[in-house]
Amino acid sequence: MTKTIHIGCGAGFAGDRTDAAVPVVADLRRREGPCFLVFETLAERTLAAAQRQRQSDPDAGHAPNLLEFLRPVLADCAAAGIRIVSNFGSANPRAAAARIAELARDLGLDDLRIGIVEGDNLLGVMAESELRALPALEGLDAAAGGMIAANVYLGGAPIAEALDRGADVVVTGRCADPALVVGPAMHAFGWGIGDLDHLAAATCAGHLVECGAQVTGGYFADPGRKDVGGLDQVGFPIAELSDDDGLVITKAAGTGGAVDLRTVKEQLLYEIHDPSAYLTPDVTLDLTEVSLAAEGPDRVRVTGARGAPAPETLKATLSYDGGYLAEGELSYVGPNARRRAELAIDILRGRNAARGLNQAARYDVMGTMSIFDGDSGDLRQAGSWPDDGEYRVRGALRSMDAAEAKAFSDEITALYCCGPAGGGGLRTQVTPQIQTSSALVPRARVRPQVAVVSAAELT
Amino acid sequence: MGGRRLYDIAHARAGDKGNRLNIAVFPFDDGDFAALSDFLTEARVLAHFAHRGATAVRRYELPKLPALNFVIDDVLEGGVNGSLGLDGHGKSLSFHLLAMPLDPASTE
Repeated sequence: MTKTIHIGCGAGFAGDRTDAAVPVVADLRRREGPCFLVFETLAERTLAAAQRQRQSDPDAGHAPNLLEFLRPVLADCAAAGIRIVSNFGSANPRAAAARIAELARDLGLDDLRIGIVEGDNLLGVMAESELRALPALEGLDAAAGGMIAANVYLGGAPIAEALDRGADVVVTGRCADPALVVGPAMHAFGWGIGDLDHLAAATCAGHLVECGAQVTGGYFADPGRKDVGGLDQVGFPIAELSDDDGLVITKAAGTGGAVDLRTVKEQLLYEIHDPSAYLTPDVTLDLTEVSLAAEGPDRVRVTGARGAPAPETLKATLSYDGGYLAEGELSYVGPNARRRAELAIDILRGRNAARGLNQAARYDVMGTMSIFDGDSGDLRQAGSWPDDGEYRVRGALRSMDAAEAKAFSDEITALYCCGPAGGGGLRTQVTPQIQTSSALVPRARVRPQVAVVSAAELT
Repeated sequence: MGGRRLYDIAHARAGDKGNRLNIAVFPFDDGDFAALSDFLTEARVLAHFAHRGATAVRRYELPKLPALNFVIDDVLEGGVNGSLGLDGHGKSLSFHLLAMPLDPASTE
């Protein structure tokens, strides 16, 4: 008889809806068999920003809204034995665990066991010069700024270890997104690193649910073409994974959105390059033989994921100070608006040349062709656009120098009184930037560490 | 204007990694997959993104879905690391591809 685990997703990114997990947990509570709830909140740059916060406050640097995600569901999960796995830890898994322990004690859950997975942070393990010398995979050839963070993508094994040791909630820092699902599968089924097709099925499940609503009709709807109802209450996904590699993707009962062949196809190839070799710390996933079958309303069966051995090296993201991005926008509307917008750009070019802001800036006229265009503005210049209408000028400049970035944005502000007639709706911002590159780390240099502590002990 | 576009027969999703973008393209009707594969060549996709500095396109075929997955190099003007554009991730570029006219004679 096959054994099945149920893995719901409560968040697909740090800015996701904080109430999305509630219907997922309500659905999981009605199911037979081991249930897990995962939250994926750690994008490439998120961790470097968190590392900066930790440098100024040793208790900071975890996912900022982890309590907003957990408060609505933690007591129900604990009562029903639904175990939670998340990369909430970001740059500071111990601080995340301490916050969760506080919440648990407030809820009377002093016995809640919290697993902490560390070892992804390479700063301190390797010298910065050694990190910079690692073979590069993609991204910058040579970063200008100082190194902020260096984190290697851990796999499912340390998560499984924390679950084996009784953790009710597991917090990690950087790990491969699908590992949030691979870890529970390893724990529940006793799968190990050689079980390639098993790990492929689990990785495929993790890949499909780790972006939350992106597999249930979110980021999919196109009115009249791909209609999806109820996105205001879109249901987050649940994967049903069996020990014979059976996999069904569905969503929380009583919610909006949809799970159908199209929504699952789009997510299956999301951020995939070579579909025969999706590299993860646990397995090399081959999607080329995957096929999908509708299995009733909002249920899609996924078969054919195959596994090959994981790569010898692990991927790490190295993050550097990227200086500043200065941006500003101002709208021109009504008669001759397009030509007033173009005049605003001419004025900005003149001012910035005179002030010696020599770095390459970009100017757009939104309402012509901007987002699809390149920095050169070729599409805008080649197209023909009505003079009357609603247009918005946008300027952008990157600089390592905060004063230069501010000067650029100030020139956009000054268009109010010194620029063309009728400009309105000014917005400017200067935001610190993080640049990243990917490098390959020998597995022997990476030592995941697992601790499991009760909420009462974690003060 | 007015001619048929890729949008009329297919849907798509884009995802980024650094300065590289993937766009997966799916025919609404599985029966269109062969014609879609004939039409949507690497060269045609590269030309469609030439204005953004794309340097190479690799196409992967997944007949069981069916789908075509395009990996487009250097199309993101630096990507989130370096782009000055509003959408540094290139998430919206799936719809730029879908705007491609199906009758090449009607292209700009």
